[in-house]
Amino acid sequence: MPAIVVEGLQRSFDEVLAVQGVDLNVEEGEIFGFLGPNGAGKTTTVRMLTTLLLPTGGRATVAGHDVIKQARAVRASIGVALQEAALDPLMTGRELIRLQATLQGLPGAEGKRRADDLLERVDLAAAADRRVGGYSGGMKRRLDLAAALVHGPKVLFLDEPTTGLDPVSRKTIWEEVRTLNDEGTTVFLTTQYLEEADQLADNVAIIDSGRIVAEGTPDSLKTEIGNPHIQLQLAAGSIAEAEKVCAEVGRLLPPVDGRMVLVEATNGAADIPKVVRALDDAGIAVESLELVRPTLDDVFVAKTGHHIKVPTTSSAVASA
Amino acid sequence: MDRHSLPRSEAVGLEALRVNARVVRALGMRSIRQTFRRPQLMAPIVVFPTLLLAIQTGGAGGAVNLPGFPPVQSFLQFMLAGAMMQSLMLAGNSGGIALAVDIEMGFTDRLFSAPIPRYTIVLGRLAGTAALGLFGSLWFLAIGLIFGAHIESGFTGALIAIALVTATATAVGGIGAAIALRTGSASVVQGLFPLVLVVLFLSSAFFPNELMIQPAKAIAEYNPLSFVVEGIRGPIISGVDATELGEAVLAIAGIVVLGLLLSARALRHRLRVG
Repeated sequence: MPAIVVEGLQRSFDEVLAVQGVDLNVEEGEIFGFLGPNGAGKTTTVRMLTTLLLPTGGRATVAGHDVIKQARAVRASIGVALQEAALDPLMTGRELIRLQATLQGLPGAEGKRRADDLLERVDLAAAADRRVGGYSGGMKRRLDLAAALVHGPKVLFLDEPTTGLDPVSRKTIWEEVRTLNDEGTTVFLTTQYLEEADQLADNVAIIDSGRIVAEGTPDSLKTEIGNPHIQLQLAAGSIAEAEKVCAEVGRLLPPVDGRMVLVEATNGAADIPKVVRALDDAGIAVESLELVRPTLDDVFVAKTGHHIKVPTTSSAVASA
Repeated sequence: MDRHSLPRSEAVGLEALRVNARVVRALGMRSIRQTFRRPQLMAPIVVFPTLLLAIQTGGAGGAVNLPGFPPVQSFLQFMLAGAMMQSLMLAGNSGGIALAVDIEMGFTDRLFSAPIPRYTIVLGRLAGTAALGLFGSLWFLAIGLIFGAHIESGFTGALIAIALVTATATAVGGIGAAIALRTGSASVVQGLFPLVLVVLFLSSAFFPNELMIQPAKAIAEYNPLSFVVEGIRGPIISGVDATELGEAVLAIAGIVVLGLLLSARALRHRLRVG
């Protein structure tokens, strides 16, 4: 049985259509990456799936329950860690998890035991009696994650769980997500980090301007895009000329920033000498050059014509 | 135990009531802790009314000799009800501010995404406000007794005053919660502080209605808070009067109904706008 089924889901705010007929299918036990830039409609979709916001059109079921007609059953089946790490800075970590256990209907003794187990699991046992306001960003996210797990949810919604975290904290969250998934939890993960979706997700859907523009496994989407590209870093001032030269050698792709030129490499590495020679003949100095295999960003570019503008994560994390 | 078969709040009947009562208690406890841990929420409930009580008692004590002033043992005795009213009104307002802060920082999303009836979220906040009202009434009764004021109707009268203060704090908290849910803005709710004081000054909280001049006198005469004040003041300065007490209870019931209606509407609005 699918864990999440979404059909034609819509949400408008006055005249603005934030989500415009989204269709999704998330199987039980998978990690589903919901990828898109800021303002694409990721959080609005998650808020509808977690019953925090009523849809204005379409329908959705989570863990077999309708998000409108059986909202309470949905809430009993899901764990939610939202983007802002909705934590009370005046509470201690232990108080927060115990409160969450009560909200989920766990009896007192069971709630205390679960709280202790989870604090240990996310490595916050030593800080459990300190106020959350004094926690680091990574500690807050881990606490938020622990709170979402207190009742052993079937489906876990993580809304940009690593945004703003340092690479080490990000890696810790990734490991925890993998472990949870191994234990059978279906994970619906929104992210604007391409590597995050690439590293974690079994399937991804890419959303832009409220519409799904691509869906599939990361590999299938990248294969669909096909060719790698050559990424050239150039001195400021020579970009326009370099683009003119490179356009004669191969198809230009939309630039990531003002100091780069991207050229499609239909023959892979064999195209590099051709590009270098053309630039050399034109007297354009290349600061650096890299052959880049298709990424989810390329998929995004191919489907939308623009890049997701987010800070890149460190290579250390990307290779985790 | 299988991780996915942990107990959930799928209880029905009496068991559901018990579960919901636990949720309200837990949220009420959080609300109380939050107030005691955030001095800016505690100050209006205890510090400001205590200072105002001291200043008014010290500076305007001679008012008891004015013709038409009700017979009282001392001005402090007269003022206790006013100080309690100020404390409970600001407790209700502070409860609203705290709820608005919860909305602003996203904490209410945590509550709204839990499998609990949404009214328990408001009731939890009101339980905390009720506890603060109780605390305020005990605080001012203690101050009165320490500084020589008598509770004329004794222990029973004190209990009645405490009950009325606690109930009114809860009722006023309902209106604060409604405004917080509707606006989702702590600064808007905080901006109501002056209005709360205006409404309070246009009642018999700090001065006998008989000695007021128009139009304040006419407003105070019909201000529901005046009925509540007289219900609290009666047992302290004279004795329990059934009519006064009945009017106070009716006034509180009116505020409760208004608060519940506004809260229910605001809650629906909050869920609609997300």
